[in-house]
Amino acid sequence: MTASWGRITALVERQWVLIAGSWTRIVSLMYWPLVQIVIWGFIQSHVFNEVGPSTTLVALSAVVGAVLLWDFCWRSQLGFALAFQEEIWSRNLSQLLASPLRPGEFVAALMIMSFTKTLIAIAPAVIVAAIAFDFNLFSIGPVVYLFILNLVVFGWAISLFASGMIARYGQGAQDMPWALMFGLTPFAAIYYPVSALPDALQPIAHALPPSHIFEGLRAAVGEGRFAAADLAWATGLNCLWLGAGLVAFFLLMRAARRVGALLQIGE
Amino acid sequence: MTAALDTRNLTKHFGASVAVDDVSFSIEPGVTTGLLGGNGAGKTTTIAMLLGLIAPTAGEIRILGLDPAHSGSEARAKMNFQSPYVDMPKRLSVRRNLTIYAKLYGVKRPIEAVESAAEELQLTALLTRKTGSLSAGQATRVGIAKALINNPSVLLLDEPTASLDPDTADWVRGVLEAYQARSGAAILLASHNMGEVERLAGRVLMMKAGRIVDDGAPKTLIAKYGRDNLEEVFLQIARREEGVA
Repeated sequence: MTASWGRITALVERQWVLIAGSWTRIVSLMYWPLVQIVIWGFIQSHVFNEVGPSTTLVALSAVVGAVLLWDFCWRSQLGFALAFQEEIWSRNLSQLLASPLRPGEFVAALMIMSFTKTLIAIAPAVIVAAIAFDFNLFSIGPVVYLFILNLVVFGWAISLFASGMIARYGQGAQDMPWALMFGLTPFAAIYYPVSALPDALQPIAHALPPSHIFEGLRAAVGEGRFAAADLAWATGLNCLWLGAGLVAFFLLMRAARRVGALLQIGE
Repeated sequence: MTAALDTRNLTKHFGASVAVDDVSFSIEPGVTTGLLGGNGAGKTTTIAMLLGLIAPTAGEIRILGLDPAHSGSEARAKMNFQSPYVDMPKRLSVRRNLTIYAKLYGVKRPIEAVESAAEELQLTALLTRKTGSLSAGQATRVGIAKALINNPSVLLLDEPTASLDPDTADWVRGVLEAYQARSGAAILLASHNMGEVERLAGRVLMMKAGRIVDDGAPKTLIAKYGRDNLEEVFLQIARREEGVA
């Protein structure tokens, strides 16, 4: 095992013990995706009972799928950003940054924990959707794994920027992870196609990887078609977003060191 | 011989405020150096720059000959620190926290290192306790155990006995002396406890308004200022430019 991997696994161990040792944290992780899917599942059931099989129902099935997939993005983003904030809340961040841990290793450990927490959070919702509402996310086909991977990576890109802002501007910026994702939601084309947006706003949607993922999802659920172009766009854009997120994180951490923000970061 | 710690013209500005002003010093292995100064003298900023938590505005730092700007991870693997301004995760056990830090510092046998550090600091009975359940004094001892976990060649201590009762504080000073005797480590000790500095430090750097205003062995400084002890020297330096003394 290399020294670098040893440091990454040490930090993952620290975060894992925090979750595994607290049933309230595990329940909290699972709670929101589960409630979301129950709400949308009941809406779908209600429409089916009222109008029977229809194009509306197909559209709603796509929405149920989108709700599940969007939660991958949310949970990935929160999993990363909250793990970073845990180190601030426990006054441990300075100890970590003064240790041999490199910034890239820190980010890698947070990504591993984010992915782990995302799986824990979403698994019950996926199971409930399949059993209670007859929606099997994986019936979309193997492409769903690529959809999920893209959404998880986009969540990391956003959380890298949010975490960097918290390091630089302190706990006054602690709402950033929620605010950024919520602000992007209208443009992510989760519940409606990009064409439903005003023409002036559509370029914003097209610049976001999730909008291409959800267009691809609608094509898969509604038309049974694999939208390779949408997936390619999402992947290409994600490379840019992740690169931008990493650059922003490292620049903001450097700025935090320059202004001495890391010493008072708990305040 | 390569200096354990070497700073050249180290300077830190926060906007218009000068926290550390053109500080140069070199610390040899095997020497404990006291870093003294009143509140706002620049001690914490200096230590934070040595740890890489604050970026200097100007100047150079070398840790065992390594430039932390380019070899930060390698340099930090050979040093460690203890400070009352940081904690370890409270929900994790003492053993888990120390093991994780042993791994972060690349200790080859982390479990054995934790057992050894716990024994040295009389923490063995506390290893299974959650860190958040410890008293302030116990937590300080855990912090010192963490600081010694990788057998650092450079040890930075910020008020290492601040929350300890006099008996335990005296015992911890003995632990630090024993560590230095066997490891030959360089120790930089920031403290407001002048008795502690007189006992542990072979050399004292006096800081005021971001600058090093005097440098010497405690006995030399006491003789130079014609005082009875280091505390009186500290007070004279702290007050002289305000016209109090």
